[in-house]
Amino acid sequence: MSSTDLVALVLLLLLAAYTCGGGADFGAGMWDLLAGDRDRGARPRSLVDYAMAPVWEANNVWLVFILVVTWTGFPPVFEAVMSTAWVALTLVALGIVARGAAFAIRKPTHRVARRRHLGIVFGLASVLTPFFLAATLGGIASGRIPPGNSKGDPVTSWLNPTSVLFGILGLLAAAFIAAAFLVSDARRFEAPDLEAYFRTRAVVSGSLLLLVMAGGLLVVHEDAKPLYDGLTSGPGLGFAIAAGIFVLATAALLRTGRLRGTRLTAVGALASLVLAWGMAQRPYALPTTLTVDEAAGDPNTMRWLIFVTIVAVALIGPALALLYRLDLTDRLAADHDEDLIEATGAPGR
Amino acid sequence: MMLGSVLADGAVLADGPSQLLPAREQMAFTLMVHVILVPFGVALPLITLVMNYLGLRRKDPVAIQLARRWSTVMAIQFAVGAVTGTVLSLEFGLLWPGLMGKWGDVFGIAFGIEGWAFFLEAILVAIYIYGWKRMSPRAHFLVGLPIPIVALVGAFSILSVNAWMNTPQGFELDSAGNPTNVDITQVLFTPILAPQYLHMIAAAYMVAGYLVASVYAVGWLRGRRDRYHRLGFLVPFTVAAIVTPLQFMIGDALARQVFQEQPVKFAAMEIVWETGPDQPEYLFGRLQPDGSIDGGIRIPGLDSFLAGFSRDTVVKGLTEAPAADRPSIREANITHFAFDTMVGVGTVLLGLAFWFGLAWVRRRDMPRSRWFYRCAALAGVVSVVGLEAGWITAEVGRQPWVVYNEMKVAEAVTDIGAGPIWTSFAVVVVIYSLVVWAFLSVLLKMKLRWRHADAETARAGLPPDIPQQAVPVERDEVAR
Repeated sequence: MSSTDLVALVLLLLLAAYTCGGGADFGAGMWDLLAGDRDRGARPRSLVDYAMAPVWEANNVWLVFILVVTWTGFPPVFEAVMSTAWVALTLVALGIVARGAAFAIRKPTHRVARRRHLGIVFGLASVLTPFFLAATLGGIASGRIPPGNSKGDPVTSWLNPTSVLFGILGLLAAAFIAAAFLVSDARRFEAPDLEAYFRTRAVVSGSLLLLVMAGGLLVVHEDAKPLYDGLTSGPGLGFAIAAGIFVLATAALLRTGRLRGTRLTAVGALASLVLAWGMAQRPYALPTTLTVDEAAGDPNTMRWLIFVTIVAVALIGPALALLYRLDLTDRLAADHDEDLIEATGAPGR
Repeated sequence: MMLGSVLADGAVLADGPSQLLPAREQMAFTLMVHVILVPFGVALPLITLVMNYLGLRRKDPVAIQLARRWSTVMAIQFAVGAVTGTVLSLEFGLLWPGLMGKWGDVFGIAFGIEGWAFFLEAILVAIYIYGWKRMSPRAHFLVGLPIPIVALVGAFSILSVNAWMNTPQGFELDSAGNPTNVDITQVLFTPILAPQYLHMIAAAYMVAGYLVASVYAVGWLRGRRDRYHRLGFLVPFTVAAIVTPLQFMIGDALARQVFQEQPVKFAAMEIVWETGPDQPEYLFGRLQPDGSIDGGIRIPGLDSFLAGFSRDTVVKGLTEAPAADRPSIREANITHFAFDTMVGVGTVLLGLAFWFGLAWVRRRDMPRSRWFYRCAALAGVVSVVGLEAGWITAEVGRQPWVVYNEMKVAEAVTDIGAGPIWTSFAVVVVIYSLVVWAFLSVLLKMKLRWRHADAETARAGLPPDIPQQAVPVERDEVAR
């Protein structure tokens, strides 16, 4: 395996990680948005807030990694994608600002109306941001982004059948993994009603995900034949089938109440989905105008990139493990609100 | 006003494509906002850990309380900084695809280092913030300990890229003009890196220190002269006061390095028109199109002396480079004004630091004069002005190059019309303004809430509201 292939694989795995970590994060925002009015939505929302708070920042850093590895390892791809699909990606940038700020600021905000407004901003940005990101990937996959500075169509590069399909898949995948994670969180916080609440949602969004995956093949057949060929043969097909099996396994485990493996199977489903796409468009970085090898940066840089990745894994792995461990063993707790409310004797407690 | 001058700066860029102006303004605006958050990611963790350490060591609940509250501020600003930083990464591609497509594989690796450093910092900060209540105090402190070091690594990578843009090296150009044979160590460690890096780190410590201290200086002025305000002022102010004189030496070294490596940028900073010895130093003043200087205070020979310790030192002028390859008159004036503002801010803060040092040496106590606290209350905002001015000096002085002497900003900019970028710029300004407004109002609200909490506990005769981890300490305090 050449260093270029290795960097390409690293990039795919980073995308898979962001789909899972960022997806759980965005998905939680969607469930927050869909939780209904103040009374009905209060409990699910509090679970979302409580479960997401300690890890959400770490999740979004995957995106920065993806950007950095793309512009360092495959500079022409970065140039082409960012300059052609700029409408969608500018909206992504704005969505990320609005979402992050709304979430961070909502925590210590006490006025109810303000909290609700911030909550709506957070929820809407949680839907739009992943949609536009996935739609851009759809533009790449269907060969609508040519190399060069702004050489493709600024609208149809991300607004086309394959992009819409990718966008919907992205939303469903995010909703699915978030709901699956929240079931375990609900059990951890001993809230059986919420466990059932999110179990239903995980199963429904998982079923929809399977349906759209299968139906999507028809769309891709019409809209992006090379991608269709890649998805119906070889490793592309293998990973697509694996994704389906993982979704089914997650739903089955959730229904029987055995939650131990559900986080893993949900991650497996989304990672397989990303890998299926990556494998299907080989050997192209930008189908069908630029191959991965043509796009690769200087060989010295590629070797350094692998080295930096190894260092990163060696340092971040343990830290991330510690974060999740402390979080899962309940040794992390939001600090700002409760004590202060206790101290002031504010109403509502 | 500085923002105004940066915006006005673009108006003279008649030679670039029309989208260059809004692209530069949007980048400048988002960077100017982001750079204010940087000190809180780079320097506040250490200041907080010092306070945390004092709290553990002296079993001082007030110090623990301060450290905990600062970490909450750190958390909120870290989240905002994470998103504004992500936006910057996207903007590299959205606004400057030409830069990234050609040079991404040359300087990109430093961002890879920054990526994992930031990730590591985010994870550790998350554990630190959420670990106050349920982790053991020692484990919690130990988790926080690597944060300042990781922050230094992250800052190193960003400054490494900026230094490379100023003094690019570590590559060869092939026949098509594309970089090959990248030598990463050469790219990471360029001639100007060391002083530039230290200058930014020192600036971060000054801004974080003065800004946090200024909050408690205001409280002190309003008569809240308790231990809480004393400690909250002393620790950050001491850090900033120690760094300030060092910053003068670092800044001086950096200016001389710019004189060596980027003579035309140095000429813009000092508005030198013609090459020659015995150059005067102008404090402010404006360069005219004919090369004369309007206004300002002229100090004969000082510029040559500062550059080479002798009035005979030859300083290159702007005319050394063809007009298309050097900053415009307008850009040179902005650079010079920003540079003088930065040095002025540094001088004022140095005076304040000496005042503080003198009082401490003579009486082992903080200065008594209300005027000191009035100045200290302003020092926070003033240091931010200095930070922005320094950044403008560095960036506008490099014009018209994005990669010094290798690629102009006009070649790097995205190939779409000006209209969409003006639109996105306008939306960015609106959203960022809302974010900054919301961020500040949350900070103010938290401050009020904390004050109420403290007043409540004081009235009830209880010790300050402190996290669970300090419960044994709390009892000590009561016993005393």
